[in-house]
Amino acid sequence: MRVYLDYAATTPVKKEVLEAMKPFFSEDFGNPSSIHTWGQSARRAVDEARAQIAQFLNCRSEEIIFTGSGSEADNLAITGVIAQISKSKFLISKQIPNSKSQNQKPHIITSAFEHHAVLKTCEDLEKRGLATVTYIRPNNEGIVEPEKIKKAIRPNTVLVSIMYVNNEIGTIQPIREIGKMIESENRKRLKENRNQYRKQKIENATSNFKQPFSQIYLHTDAVQAAESLPMDVDYLHVDMLTIAGHKIGAPKGIGLLYVRRGTPLAPMIHGGEQESGRRAGTENVPSIVGLAEAIRQIQKAKTKRQNDNLKLANLRDYFIKKIQEEIPEVYLNGSKINRAPHIVNLYFKNIEGEAIVLAMDLEGVACSTGSACTSQSLEPSHVIMAIFNDHLRAAGSVRFSLSKLTTKKELDFAIFKIRKVVQRLREISPYGKRG
Amino acid sequence: MAIEKLYSQKVMDHFLHPRNLGSIKNPSGVGRVGNPVCGDVMELYLKIENKKTKKGKTEEVIKDAKFKTFGCGAAIASSSMMTELIKGKTIKEAQKITNLAVAEALGGLPPVKRHCSVLAKEALEKALADWRASKPSSQIL
Repeated sequence: MRVYLDYAATTPVKKEVLEAMKPFFSEDFGNPSSIHTWGQSARRAVDEARAQIAQFLNCRSEEIIFTGSGSEADNLAITGVIAQISKSKFLISKQIPNSKSQNQKPHIITSAFEHHAVLKTCEDLEKRGLATVTYIRPNNEGIVEPEKIKKAIRPNTVLVSIMYVNNEIGTIQPIREIGKMIESENRKRLKENRNQYRKQKIENATSNFKQPFSQIYLHTDAVQAAESLPMDVDYLHVDMLTIAGHKIGAPKGIGLLYVRRGTPLAPMIHGGEQESGRRAGTENVPSIVGLAEAIRQIQKAKTKRQNDNLKLANLRDYFIKKIQEEIPEVYLNGSKINRAPHIVNLYFKNIEGEAIVLAMDLEGVACSTGSACTSQSLEPSHVIMAIFNDHLRAAGSVRFSLSKLTTKKELDFAIFKIRKVVQRLREISPYGKRG
Repeated sequence: MAIEKLYSQKVMDHFLHPRNLGSIKNPSGVGRVGNPVCGDVMELYLKIENKKTKKGKTEEVIKDAKFKTFGCGAAIASSSMMTELIKGKTIKEAQKITNLAVAEALGGLPPVKRHCSVLAKEALEKALADWRASKPSSQIL
């Protein structure tokens, strides 16, 4: 028996998705930018896919930008907004050239346990001197508290990026609350701007007047949320949202960024006028069609989706409970309640995660340390470090991620193997009981 | 498949079936190196005894070696291999074993895991230093 428990790393392409994609490789192969029949046929497929996804997100078709991955969408959201705002009239630094004060640059707020696609982009902007960044530490439950974000807001804050579901530990972040809080901050800011503008008019002292920064935009990386959580962008009160195809049964190499109308966004990839000039490059027609089909499968029968989620959450809880019953000193990372139905992250005391993953693979079970994106690096999980600041815990934590394909039988098999592997590795470990 | 490529068969063998696992009661020397911050911790126990050579001289020989390791597959395999390499060797011979020799004996280690063999070498050095420090001074030549 072989059991795949790494669905948060990637998922198999759904049968329906593959079928929907097939015609767009060799038959309907046209370039959507071509004006002839071949091109227009491909254009229609892309338009329909966009409309389908727009319905899912409750947005307009033109608010969706297809990208090559979730990482690209995250990069575009952050770099794009900062680049566009830096060009705009709002920037204080334009009025005080050569000023290196922190308040002169646009300010970003994100969390310390974001996906690296967000973290490293923010770090890069900092290094290049284009923005300042505040990294909010999540609480012990693995939740970023809206109150902490509110406290971190400065007059020059222009962007908040918080993930919807943490990809390593599976905790759900209060995006809607954060979105509402930011909206109220934006209303306050607008009022202040108006007052200042009036004052300026009265005093007629334009030379001393400091233009305020623009409003605050909210981005969420919803890559691990798309399958199971509400994705209505108005309900969530977000301005930008990232989805990756391969996490929801579409192929690798396709992602999207939702961008609310009016959000300043400079392109990162220059060239053709695809995606309304915001992302050049010939559309990946088969994958766009595939992504739309994967989303259609999620939308199909809303009640069934809720039942499926409940079933999955029950399986997840069974898995956690059984492991904790059978193996001593195993701890759940992150809130037990505010958790996506498919991700479990456990801390096995006194042993190291990579050794567990390696041994589990030999037993026929796929799991992972941290995220697949970081398993090549030697750094301990930045997610566990952000929550607990404990190296032993960061080194000894393993992610198991389920899907609707997962069965109880598979989990029982995995639990049996985990028990065996953990026991063996603990015998090798110098920590814990001597003997 | 990917994991077989990541690690040689020798590494996997030592990871799955570590040699000389455990500790030694009343060891001649113990070396504990690494910490959770760097990711791996190794404990190496040595039993060192005097042995008469054919020429009638006495030599100090590593009679037994045992280890305990917290770390990844490569760390466990490196410590296991180190104990294999030093067992039965004279101190002089054991000191000559480099971290590269450990990695080579394992059929190579991926570049990101080379530090594991370095850690095994450090554990040996520390265990030998511990042994020297605890030796009655008259025995020091």
